[in-house]
Amino acid sequence: MVALFMLLLRFLGSTALSLFGYLGELLFLMLETARSFVTMPVRWRLALGQILEVGYRSQLVVIVTGAFTGAVFAAQTYFQFHRLSMDTAVGAVVAVSMFRELGPVLTGLMVAGRVGAAMSAEIGTMKVTEQLDALRSLGVHPVDYLVVPRMIAMMLSMPMLVAECVGIGILTGMFVAVHLLGVSQVWYVNYMLRFTALRDLEMALTKGFVFGLLIVFVACNEGLKSKEGAVGVGRATTEAVVIGSLVILVINFFLTMVLNVFFPTT
Amino acid sequence: MLAVAGLTKQIGDQQILRGIDLQVASGETLVIIGRSGSGKSVLLKHLIGLMLPSSGEVFIEGRQIVGLKERQLLPIRKTVGMMFQGCALFDAMTVEENVAFPLREAGERNAGVIRAKVAEALEVVDLTGHEQKLPVNLSGGMKKRVALARVVITRPHCVLYDEPTAGLDPVVSDSINHLIRRLQRQFGVTSIVVTHDMKCAGHVADKVAFLHEGAIYFYGAFADLVASQDPLIQDFIQGRSGDKD
Repeated sequence: MVALFMLLLRFLGSTALSLFGYLGELLFLMLETARSFVTMPVRWRLALGQILEVGYRSQLVVIVTGAFTGAVFAAQTYFQFHRLSMDTAVGAVVAVSMFRELGPVLTGLMVAGRVGAAMSAEIGTMKVTEQLDALRSLGVHPVDYLVVPRMIAMMLSMPMLVAECVGIGILTGMFVAVHLLGVSQVWYVNYMLRFTALRDLEMALTKGFVFGLLIVFVACNEGLKSKEGAVGVGRATTEAVVIGSLVILVINFFLTMVLNVFFPTT
Repeated sequence: MLAVAGLTKQIGDQQILRGIDLQVASGETLVIIGRSGSGKSVLLKHLIGLMLPSSGEVFIEGRQIVGLKERQLLPIRKTVGMMFQGCALFDAMTVEENVAFPLREAGERNAGVIRAKVAEALEVVDLTGHEQKLPVNLSGGMKKRVALARVVITRPHCVLYDEPTAGLDPVVSDSINHLIRRLQRQFGVTSIVVTHDMKCAGHVADKVAFLHEGAIYFYGAFADLVASQDPLIQDFIQGRSGDKD
């Protein structure tokens, strides 16, 4: 019994140590990136390239995600509310949910999958093929060259992608509710406007901004520490997606609690 | 120019380097030879601060670099170029962009100046006309030449070569050897060449260090190495494994 307890204690201890070690790595990368961003010249050409990759090329994924999430959420809400004769409240529920939770979280998860994986794989491949060592030997800090442009691209692109996802979701939700399920458009829009405010948009954009930073730091950290050739790059890529997604879901809860203080619901 | 004192490196239980002492004078070419796994590439990476030693000191132009932070090392590294075993070309960039990279990072923005210097560097390595190719479309020898052009374009005081002729056919290897020698004569750069290619060593070396199990086993002129009757050295030179059929 004592041995079992010791085993459990050792397991918990090593897990806690690994977690703190990982958080330390992330914190170190964040501080190094912030320092580079403030003190070193920014490579804007690289940042623009990353904006194209992160922002422009994620459009389809985000639009499809937003559209079908809004559509299905409107339909489900209608089916429940219709029994209570609350059809016209569907617009408000869809809009508030898309703004405050679904838009930012689903965009974050999709971007973590698409962009986080790509970032991790690219940097990881550079690491195992000595391209990172080559950068360092040429007097270039990998954080300056690889992480800062990606961080800038994420900071600018993610809020816009979230806004796009939310907007598309609300529009398709309205289309489904009004044109397919027969909810009155006037009341739908009226309730939607009454129960949403600018602070809902602010909350969505803030979440998008934070999730963007989380994705970029998790993905870059995984890429920068990858080793053992192709297997290592594959592992880093998988972990970038898994950890990035989990971090978004966990942080989202705490972010919701904190942001509700600053942006309370209408 | 470059010196190492009491350098040791341990990774896990494995002792990679065991107290290396070396000095390379300005303009000299030192060839470090030894069997695979003897610690040659690890030693080379310590010379430019890409790896941290377990103990010991490394001096570049009289400045101790062990203990310096990564950002403090960056300007020092600009005086020492390194050609990697796998070339480490940036695979998303063309030959021209790869070679121009150090110039752009040094702050050069004039397209005309960059183009002229890239053309000059590619001419030095006999690779004119391949500017727009991507690394994936180059042969092994061409990649080595591009890597060398990228190193020499900023005129470093010292160049470190990690297996410059590995995986190349004898003719291309010979041309790389000539290139290393020519760069040394033309620009007076200090060179440290890690190889297990004896032909390469004989061609470019002023001095040879034979590394065995993480320690310097022999240091001297190439002719003295060849004349040595030490069985370990003779086995290496003759390529004898001691295994029987």
